[in-house]
Amino acid sequence: MSTADDLDRTESENAAGKVAETASSGSGNKKQDGSSASITLFFIVGFVASLVVGWVVFPKLLYSQKEQPVVFNHEKHNELVDAGCESCHFFREDGSYSGVPKLAQCIDCHEEVQGDSEAEEYFVTEFVQKGREVPWLVYSRQPPCVFFSHAAHVKKAGMDCVSCHGHIGESEELRPYEYNRISRYSRDIWGHNISGIKRNSWDRMKMDDCSECHVEENVNQGSVQTHKGGCFVCHH
Amino acid sequence: MKIDRRSFLSFLIGGAAGTALSPLPWKLTDDISIWTQMWPWVPIPEKGEVSTVNSACTLCPGGCGISVRKVDDRVVKIEGLAGHPINNGGLCTLGLAGAQLLYGPQRVKAPMKNVGGRLVEISWEEALGEISARLKELRERGQPHRVACIAGTDRGTVPELLNRFLTVYGSPQFFRVPSIQDTYELALYLMQGVRASAGFDFENADYVLSFGSGLLDGWGTPVNIFQAHSRWCERSGKLVQIEPRQSRTAAKADSWIPINPGTEGVLALSLAGVIVKESLYNADFVNAQSSGFDSWQQVLLENYDTESAAKITGVDPSTIAKLARDFAGARKPLAVCGRGKGQSPGSLKEVMAVHALNALVGGIDRQGGVRAVPEPDYIDWPEPEMDAVAAAGMQQERVDQAGGSQYPHARYLLNRLPEAVNSSADSPLQVLFVSDANPCYSLPNSKAFSDAFKKIPMVVSFSSYLGETAELADFILPSPIYLEQYEDRPIAAGYPLPIVNLTRPVVKPLFNTRSVGDVVIELARSLGGTVAAAFPWEDYQTCLKETLGDKWIVLNEKGYWAGDKLGSGGQPATFETKSSRFEFTNAEIDAMARFAPVEPEGDIAAFPLVLVPYDTMRLWNGYIGDPPFVIKIVPDTVLKNNDVLIEINPATASELGLQDGQAANLTTPRGTARVRVHLFEGIMPGVVALPAGLGHTAHSKFLAGKGANVNALIGSVEDAATGYEAVWGIRAKLDKA
Repeated sequence: MSTADDLDRTESENAAGKVAETASSGSGNKKQDGSSASITLFFIVGFVASLVVGWVVFPKLLYSQKEQPVVFNHEKHNELVDAGCESCHFFREDGSYSGVPKLAQCIDCHEEVQGDSEAEEYFVTEFVQKGREVPWLVYSRQPPCVFFSHAAHVKKAGMDCVSCHGHIGESEELRPYEYNRISRYSRDIWGHNISGIKRNSWDRMKMDDCSECHVEENVNQGSVQTHKGGCFVCHH
Repeated sequence: MKIDRRSFLSFLIGGAAGTALSPLPWKLTDDISIWTQMWPWVPIPEKGEVSTVNSACTLCPGGCGISVRKVDDRVVKIEGLAGHPINNGGLCTLGLAGAQLLYGPQRVKAPMKNVGGRLVEISWEEALGEISARLKELRERGQPHRVACIAGTDRGTVPELLNRFLTVYGSPQFFRVPSIQDTYELALYLMQGVRASAGFDFENADYVLSFGSGLLDGWGTPVNIFQAHSRWCERSGKLVQIEPRQSRTAAKADSWIPINPGTEGVLALSLAGVIVKESLYNADFVNAQSSGFDSWQQVLLENYDTESAAKITGVDPSTIAKLARDFAGARKPLAVCGRGKGQSPGSLKEVMAVHALNALVGGIDRQGGVRAVPEPDYIDWPEPEMDAVAAAGMQQERVDQAGGSQYPHARYLLNRLPEAVNSSADSPLQVLFVSDANPCYSLPNSKAFSDAFKKIPMVVSFSSYLGETAELADFILPSPIYLEQYEDRPIAAGYPLPIVNLTRPVVKPLFNTRSVGDVVIELARSLGGTVAAAFPWEDYQTCLKETLGDKWIVLNEKGYWAGDKLGSGGQPATFETKSSRFEFTNAEIDAMARFAPVEPEGDIAAFPLVLVPYDTMRLWNGYIGDPPFVIKIVPDTVLKNNDVLIEINPATASELGLQDGQAANLTTPRGTARVRVHLFEGIMPGVVALPAGLGHTAHSKFLAGKGANVNALIGSVEDAATGYEAVWGIRAKLDKA
């Protein structure tokens, strides 16, 4: 059974041993340098690895990709129509916005296979002939809790489509649809830059981007009905 | 280099610093917060083109016009149609919840066959083939009269097609689901000599005396009457409600007269007695336009003085006298009967007593009175050619004896069908078609209907909903519902104008359904000969268009066709009786059983209480059962969890030692049900009341298994004069569970 004295002795012996060891090696500073170097190295490794994970791996994991169900060339269609975007993405008589065209509009021209492309044949046989709506994946789809009126922005404020949708009207093919695996939103809402930095007005469509413009233009920063608070301008 | 604790910590700190400088934590926080808004069960409104289709509601006989809002091809909202003569923009909760009947789980999605108690899907060809083979066989055996049909109504092209089919096939067994209109039609025929339905000009009446009619509980054209009630309030019109229980109507009436259940007819006659005795009647009408008044008033004065009436009804003699004076003194008084929603025909003599009150004050065919609304005449098909089998079949007696020697005046006595089937060893009916009806749930003595339907070898239901009757059927041939097809709906539910609604296909039929009209035409075609020849139309829609003729254009444009408005007293009433006058009584009426209050079934010693069913706007108890939205608004004084509450006066409850909320067993001569006690000052002592519309065993999980079906607790009681269903309650006892 050890006593308190025994314990003291053992500790002092250990301390002495350590001192002796340090003294005998005769290179105390060098050892310390090596240790701090490895600490720094591990810090840097951890730092860099997490940056790589955060900036490169994370976005890849976060977003999934889907191909659009049908190949579509905006540029070609734009050349053939008279009224630009509104030829297909039109306002209905009641002022509501039609959004992505329905099959009924496509059928006007595509009742029969046009040309000899495989994609065209696929579209006509799979959708037109079967009367099935094309399940387009909408890049700019806002979540259901957001009220957005195209009429207010396009008709009243006179904004053009490009301000929010970019140059999709000039594209020759539809890029893959990317969506967030957690929130299920289209990637276009947060923007393609993972840090959320935007260069163009159409790069992001988050709430802050809406309010940024509303503040700049000094429009509707309160509810239209109550003139109180800004939330219910868009949220319902 | 040694990896020790320090370097590991250093790695972690470096990692944390790097992570903080990367978008990962910030983006992840944002995404997770958004994820919490995206639960899969959060309903997401449809996006698409908004459109509205004007159509008509057929969920009750009330005949409202509806305006259906759609987003692309989906119905999202049903509202009342502005400008429609019946509801002018208003709509009841059932009508509003109609979309749930379109998309709900109770729909029958394809033709079904009952195989050993299980419903299995089969093709239309198979189903129609089997039914047609059976029909052919019966005809070959010379027994076409053993085929019958029950329909929700006998008006409109679909019921008329069914009836025509039976006729050319050779069966007189067409039944219409009973209602107060049966009795009113007969009263109008006997007293005014016209074949018409009774219409009540509530809108223009200034004193409405209701003998238990649930005018604000779904009687007649509910939305129209609600709006009329608002106008009475504005123009200080009066509503007097006479019934043993303070219903919603009684609560909103200007005065409520509690009366011993089943004695309303006695009160009506004693009111007439006072009016006659004090000469308060409209002498112009009575002297110039009526006959039989003298002998009628003699019976009144001898038998229905206020004192003896007070003893029977429990209403004070002074109250009776005051009621009579107020009624006769009003400018445009109107008396009406038909308990609750008016789904039971009741006693003919009681209806005639109430109708005579209207005649006494000259309220026949005038503004604010009762009008004989002619039956619609647009269905003018050529008389079908009948072969020998059909002619012989049509000579056979109906199973319910309607129109026979005992009950010569009754047209349909559906209440007598179960007895006829159940009492014979071999069912007199071999094939039964059921359209727009759920008799195994909605009619008194519902169990007897179930037994009879089990006994009939082939029951074919056209139901779109998996109700109790459809579940018992051998075949279900589902028809599209009112939001999916064109159909004409003439309205006869007490509305004072002839009016025909047209339902329009708001959406394409969702399921593998065929309209009843198409099925009838197809079956007729498969039978060939004169049966096929009677149905020259290609399909039902062609038949409907051709039948409506000019009206089709108006109906398709406006959604309804309405007859002339009631003149402001300009046109004199027309009576087509022998005397060409209104007949208070005549030889035919005198030959019938005399008026006597209908007694409830059961022995008073064993069953000391009287159970009465009651109707409310929140519980639908006919062919349509409550959709989920509507069952949700049933208060917990009616349905608590899965228990129905029985209304009982606190005095009666304390005699029985029952507390509020306590579980109890309700027993009647017909059955037992588990209930909970609800103490209610608004019900007469000795009377208990259960709502009609609960206790479903079918439809959907949202409706089935809640409460008890009052129709399973009540038996059938025939009216002595007509054979019509006259039950209004039954004796009962209540014990602690």
